[in-house]
Amino acid sequence: MSQPTIVVVGNGMVGYKFCEKLVSRSAQFNIIVFGEESRIAYDRVHLSEYFNGKSADDLSLSTLSWYADNGIALHLDDPIQEINRIDKTVHSLKGTVIKYDYLVLATGSSPFVPNIEGIEKNGVFVYRTIEDLDLIRDYAANAKVGAVMGGGLLGLEAAKALIDLGIKETHVIEFAPRLMPRQIDSAGSAMLQSKLKQFGLSIHLNKSTSEIAGDDKIEFLKFNDDTSLMVDMLVISAGIRPRDELAKLAGLQTSSRGGIMVNEKMQTSDECIFAIGECALYNSMIYGLVAPGYEMADIVVAYLTGGDKFFYGYDMSTKLKLIGVDVASFGDAFVTEPECRTIVFEDTHKGIYKRINISNDGKYLLGGILVGEAEAYNILLQTVNNKILLPPNPEDLILGSRGGEGVEGAGLMSLPDDALICSCEAVSKLAICSAVNEGASGIDDIKKCTKAGTGCGGCVPLVKDLIAGTMKANGQYVKNVICEHFDYSRQELFDMVKINKLKNYDLVLDHFGKGDGCEVCKPAVASILSSLWNDVIVKQDTIQDSNDRYLANIQKGGTYSVVPRIPGGEITPDKLIVIGQVAKRYGLYTKITGGQRIDMFGAHVNDLPAIWEELIDAGFESGHAYGKSLRTVKSCVGSTWCRYGLHDSVSFAIEIEERYKGVRSPHKLKGGVSGCVRECAEAQAKDFGIIATEKGWNLYVCGNGGSKPQHAQLLATDIDSATCIKYLDRFLMFYIKTADPLTRTATWLNKMDGGIAYLKNVIINNSLDINEQLEEEMQDLVNTYHCEWKEVVENDELRKRFVHFINAPEEKDPAIKFEPMREQIKAKW
Amino acid sequence: METILDIEWVLACYADDVPANGGACVKHGNEQIAIYNFVRRGEWYATQNLCPHKQQMVLSRGMIGSEGDSCEPKVACPFHKKTFSLLSGECLSGDEFQIKTYPVRVEDGKVYIGIV
Ligand code: SRM
Ligand SMILES: Cc1cc2nc3c(=O)[nH]c(=O)nc-3n(C[C@H](O)[C@H](O)[C@H](O)COP(=O)(O)OP(=O)(O)OC[C@H]3O[C@@H](n4cnc5c(N)ncnc54)[C@H](O)[C@@H]3O)c2cc1C
Ligand code: SF4
Ligand code: FES
Repeated sequence: MSQPTIVVVGNGMVGYKFCEKLVSRSAQFNIIVFGEESRIAYDRVHLSEYFNGKSADDLSLSTLSWYADNGIALHLDDPIQEINRIDKTVHSLKGTVIKYDYLVLATGSSPFVPNIEGIEKNGVFVYRTIEDLDLIRDYAANAKVGAVMGGGLLGLEAAKALIDLGIKETHVIEFAPRLMPRQIDSAGSAMLQSKLKQFGLSIHLNKSTSEIAGDDKIEFLKFNDDTSLMVDMLVISAGIRPRDELAKLAGLQTSSRGGIMVNEKMQTSDECIFAIGECALYNSMIYGLVAPGYEMADIVVAYLTGGDKFFYGYDMSTKLKLIGVDVASFGDAFVTEPECRTIVFEDTHKGIYKRINISNDGKYLLGGILVGEAEAYNILLQTVNNKILLPPNPEDLILGSRGGEGVEGAGLMSLPDDALICSCEAVSKLAICSAVNEGASGIDDIKKCTKAGTGCGGCVPLVKDLIAGTMKANGQYVKNVICEHFDYSRQELFDMVKINKLKNYDLVLDHFGKGDGCEVCKPAVASILSSLWNDVIVKQDTIQDSNDRYLANIQKGGTYSVVPRIPGGEITPDKLIVIGQVAKRYGLYTKITGGQRIDMFGAHVNDLPAIWEELIDAGFESGHAYGKSLRTVKSCVGSTWCRYGLHDSVSFAIEIEERYKGVRSPHKLKGGVSGCVRECAEAQAKDFGIIATEKGWNLYVCGNGGSKPQHAQLLATDIDSATCIKYLDRFLMFYIKTADPLTRTATWLNKMDGGIAYLKNVIINNSLDINEQLEEEMQDLVNTYHCEWKEVVENDELRKRFVHFINAPEEKDPAIKFEPMREQIKAKW
Repeated sequence: METILDIEWVLACYADDVPANGGACVKHGNEQIAIYNFVRRGEWYATQNLCPHKQQMVLSRGMIGSEGDSCEPKVACPFHKKTFSLLSGECLSGDEFQIKTYPVRVEDGKVYIGIV
């Protein structure tokens, strides 16, 4: 018999998941997919990340070759326009006709657009596809005031997107008397509202829009209460409408309120046709989330492959982060007394609201709402779903237990084996614990072998706790070990290497490790060795991260960048000329960096020693742009030229950069010195920042730019230069000795018990009685400074390592290609 | 049926040229081959130099090490740290990549790579 043909209409999240599940379970089918969008299925749940740097590719759920490899014929940009149920054929826009044995409708939904006067005007958008986001982004470039119609989950997400796009004034217009009416109650909404206000969102409740006014583009909104609001753009997020038009046309049963009616096998009124995802109406419900859609896909796959699985509705509990505020709602969130007992905790100062509903006999948790802090969500949801008996003081569930065993950990391990931990991939507690028992030891392992946590990612914290809990139960000691080769934390290893005076990696591995090492412990030990002994790192080149091994940052295509040190950002015209000449001679692309110096890109590995030889002759030194070590100390021009400057910030920045240059640390280090509070050097965004005051300097520590920016915190006020350096010595050395690998100072402080108060006590009050030692250790590092590039340039043996082909040292990598761009080059790749 | 493959042993370089516990790249016609001098285990390995993840000619500059109780020897690409078994060429970090591996012989301080 020939293979049955399955046609899937819609290549969205659920349509794709259906294909994935079907091919993983059977090769018996001939699968043909039609998608209306021009892209392969992408992750709509994380759509907003498109505005935070994710590309359409990053959001893709798979690749074109995946479809090909699995024998799936994919027709993109070609919607199905008609179903002929008598001939069992589908007809596409481009004219393809296919005969099907089974048809799966996964057409999703479209945004509901209310019929308001002026809705067709320019500047009015919906928020569902990547194309919608492109349109919004382009338009937002010229907009100052934005509004979102709808204060539900998607509306608030769209509002966040507008803020991210740089729209300073963003309004949310909600028809109901509260935000997220489907998920949270009035008190929770009030708390959420006050938090969102702090982020600059203006929220208007009880407002219904009567007209969108303006010439050809939107200029203002008019409301039923005769008020109005000037806006440049509007995003409509007023709900979803299931895409049932195709089904309706084919005479399948649909609801007057929208949705293709299905039974518990996801069959429509035609038994050969199924509907899954947001287009399917089960028991008068449309499920607007992915997890139930995935479950529906699973049920059809089970049916087709001879299993019997049924859909009986789905838990709509959700947890999300809205503009930095956690919001969660689970189980029966709205049930009230006298049907239950309700416990509420409110902290208006911190903006936290928690509500749990408990059965009248006090035994079971029925549901609840969390705003502002939702760490307990996963465990609470599990408690509801698995009907776990509540502890005698159920308020502990939201307050945390005060004294005694933590309820969270205990509760987690007492979950039944079949408790669903990852609902996207349907992974049970048993599956995760068994994987741990069979040797999986980290979240990556678990993702690999069970797929848990690979969907929306919401269960990852719970999975991590389960891993730790299971390992503990097995008597395995859980701690921050470096990797499988070293059973120690970085701090422990640091002390042991020091006491035993070990000077190379192999010795450290022989003494304290096992196996042959790896890409995690080698650079970690390399960093410890250099923080302790400050030896020439290229002597042990093969334990260094690639950038450290070649003393340069590796780039796309395999070339390297060259960054000489320019302390404090100050440079003479002569040195500028040298940089220009070197860049010209070796064909390098030049750019001013964000760290006040100059980067030359596109160097062949073979050219590096010669390039550095010329730079060193002209008085330059390595800038350590490749190392986990001091990068730059940014300066503002300060009192020498600036009319506001209080002290000479440039001289002080240079002094500090010269002092700590070359010092290796758990992660990179950056500093800044500003001449007054206007803070032109952005010192408060650095690992250490110094700002001039009338009386001296203020010293800030543990700031961070990067993906999670954080301001530095004040360590000391009005100190003189010598004290400032003394505190810095202590602070930096304390960090170097105690932080985990690849942990910036900000994260290190965030994890420190007692936080900045504790750190102050150590650095200023000498509470650990180690300050003298810290200062000595730092002084040793300062005294043993050497320019690593100078060592290489002057040593023929070391120079020899900078080749691409070991058997053809003169030859450059032929795979490297450049193309012109704005009178310079760029890597062709 | 049994196939016996003809292996041609190509002189790649001198053993001293390849850094201890690290790799180097050898040119063989138009091919780039990475060889690794695993001194800690007294073993030599060779693989393609191209990392299949983002098509970068860099595996020879990666760090080598071992994984698991069986101490599977591996190399980590310096770009995004995908790891590959030096024995089978299989990607050990969960992706579907596969790289070519070559047999290596060292005689009189000379390193030979076996090309099929
Ligand atoms: C060249 C430069 C961009 C530019 O053209 O301006 C740059 C380029 C790179 N940055 Fe940066 N960063 C540069 C300034 C910054 C800044 C701004 C600053 O220093 O004032 C930041 C934010 C401030 C901060 O670090 O707190 C910055 C935050 C990062 C991060 C995120 C760190 C974090 O804690 O989240 C990374 C990733 C990492 O280090 O793990 C990174 C990593 C990188 C790497 C090394 C990525 C890589 O491994 O290939 C880039 C390669 C540099 C190269 O090939 O030479 N870069 N990077 C800047 C070099 C400054 C310099 O003179 O040394
Ligand atoms: C911004 C945003 C944030 C979200 N956040 C979350 C969240 O945090 N958690 C969560 O669970 N859910 C979230 N969702 C909802 C989630 O994305 C949907 O539940 C999910 O995408 C539904 O999948 P689906 O396949 O049913 O529909 P879709 O992903 O919409 O796919 C349907 C596809 O079918 C195509 N199609 C329609 N008609 C035809 C036709 N006749 N022929 C061919 N193709 C057709 C459509 O063009 C579309 O590509 C979010 C949605 C958005 C827009
Ligand atoms: S920080 Fe102060 S001194 Fe420095 S440039 Fe700005 S205003 Fe001038
Ligand atoms: S290019 Fe090798 S891991 Fe990405």
